[in-house]
Amino acid sequence: MHKLFSTIILTILILLYTSVIFAVERKTLIPPSDFQAFDTPNDNGKSISLRWPVSPSESADIEYVVYASRYKSVPFDTEVLRISSTTMYEENSDSNFHYAEINLEKFFGEKDIDKEKNKNYFFKLVLMSGKNTVVAETIASASPKGNWFNWLKLNNFIIMILFCGLVLYLIEHAKKNPNLYLRKISGLDAIEEALGRATEMGKPALFVHGLNGMGSISTIAAVNILGRIAKRVAEYDTELKVANIDPIVLLVSQEVVKESYLEAGRPDAYVEDNIFLAASEQFPYVAAVSGIMMRERPAANFYMGYFYAESLILAETGANTGAIQIAATDSYTQLPFFITTCDYTLMGEELYAASAYLSREPLLLGSLRAQDVGKGILIAALVIGTILTTFGIGFISYIFMAG
Amino acid sequence: MNRDVSITTWILIAFGIVNIYFLTTGKLSFGLEGLGLITAVALTLAIYSFLYKDNPAFKIVENLFVGVAMGYWIIITWFNILKPDVLEPLIVPLFKDTGKSPQYIVIIPTILGIFMLLRFSTKLSWLSRWSFAFVVGLGSGITIPNFVHAFILKQMEPTFAPLYTGDILGSINTFLILLGVVSVLIYFFFSVEHKGVVGGVSVIGVWFLMVAFGASFGFTVMARMSLLIGRVQFLLRDWLGIIQ
Repeated sequence: MHKLFSTIILTILILLYTSVIFAVERKTLIPPSDFQAFDTPNDNGKSISLRWPVSPSESADIEYVVYASRYKSVPFDTEVLRISSTTMYEENSDSNFHYAEINLEKFFGEKDIDKEKNKNYFFKLVLMSGKNTVVAETIASASPKGNWFNWLKLNNFIIMILFCGLVLYLIEHAKKNPNLYLRKISGLDAIEEALGRATEMGKPALFVHGLNGMGSISTIAAVNILGRIAKRVAEYDTELKVANIDPIVLLVSQEVVKESYLEAGRPDAYVEDNIFLAASEQFPYVAAVSGIMMRERPAANFYMGYFYAESLILAETGANTGAIQIAATDSYTQLPFFITTCDYTLMGEELYAASAYLSREPLLLGSLRAQDVGKGILIAALVIGTILTTFGIGFISYIFMAG
Repeated sequence: MNRDVSITTWILIAFGIVNIYFLTTGKLSFGLEGLGLITAVALTLAIYSFLYKDNPAFKIVENLFVGVAMGYWIIITWFNILKPDVLEPLIVPLFKDTGKSPQYIVIIPTILGIFMLLRFSTKLSWLSRWSFAFVVGLGSGITIPNFVHAFILKQMEPTFAPLYTGDILGSINTFLILLGVVSVLIYFFFSVEHKGVVGGVSVIGVWFLMVAFGASFGFTVMARMSLLIGRVQFLLRDWLGIIQ
């Protein structure tokens, strides 16, 4: 009797203990009540947005997992999202809703998405804590649709249209008033000085193009400056060498230099072989141009256009040869190297300004004036916007919000 | 000149002795791997010899580098562009039954590409303008909206911060950002002479630019140092075996 009584007591104790343990380990997971899927607005029709309210059982060790399927009746075996339950809150929802965009292309393939337009996709939300899982009651579904217009970028569109209008207007204005004022750019005077030195020393001047092709604005500006340099070189009867990396830039440069020699009345002095393709790749180009610098010791080096990692190697080699060096680039990552190794550097927009200043072309002058007006508008917006934001009025900052 | 010749000769002798020693002791294999390594070391040393002065070894490697790059570029153009984008979808199905119909749409970009090459012809070079117009038009259409987004709106958004939020240091930081942006923009004004107030503000802009360039310079020099370290490691570890 005593033995039976002890066994019952022990069993009760074991049951009590295990129930307590399980109560601790098995947290009750409460799934979100309202799981929604909808077509992502303002997209290319290849994603679905998911939204659901926070669950009371969320914590850092609990995860949300979303499975997707093309059909409601087949197993949901494609995992499209796995996040900690305390992350990815919807913006401006005070952490009351979760929001995620699912890129269907990534999980179902580009061809399938394109082939089956307007197809419904089904999503199942699972709340997971270790092996313990609970599935949200609602199976959400939505069909992705492409949008012709991204309304979030409306301000981008308006700014672009306004600025294009401004550019066109000021180009017309520049055509009527070719003497539009442009401030003097100090580096440009140095070009004359450098060419004069090359002439006195009887050594060539070397013009090094950047790595970009003719589609790049900096290359176009560089070619404009090259034309002016070539004209001056022809007048001084100095030798000009032009190193190119792009065959199209090479052809354009040859044309421009030839024209400049013709303008200067010295077509006989033009040597086509002096405008050459040094190499077709970045570092071979560096090796070739560095070799030329060391062997021919040009008295003036001009680096014009868009440069990459080769800038320092080129300019350093040029500095070692004792040449006057003038650089002009809008590659802001390479500007520090040119500033430290060259005698004069035209920074960023100064390259375009130099091109406009030298050529006096209405197209360039008008564009430059339009840029100045644009900058003025931005400065005004920044100053007024910041002051208004300080007083809690976010009107201007809202206009310039990036969508 | 004699000094340079003797230096080159001694370096070549030393290089030969070291490699013969490594090959005979088995540190380098006699196969393609060992030969490849010796070639790589020779090319690396020849390139670095430019630090002393221009010399025949550098000239050889320079020309080799240019030639190899050109050859590589041609092969890449053929295998990555012409073969998969023109030959296989258009030309092969025209003459051979591959089970796929020729993609005639490819003719348009192919013709535009050929037009670009017509710049070499004095009579037909005008046709290349069509290709340029297409490339520039397409490029501008893609670039301009992205430019407005990345270089104007994305830059302006964080600048619209309240000047005072209760934190003095935070306010100074916000003010400096605003001052930097405005003064640098004013420096790049070309329609106004840099005199008086505009001149003063643009000088502040230059200071901001120089601070930014200084930081960028230091950062990049560190990255370049790691490239040098990589080459030195190759020489000391892979070739000489001095370091592990």
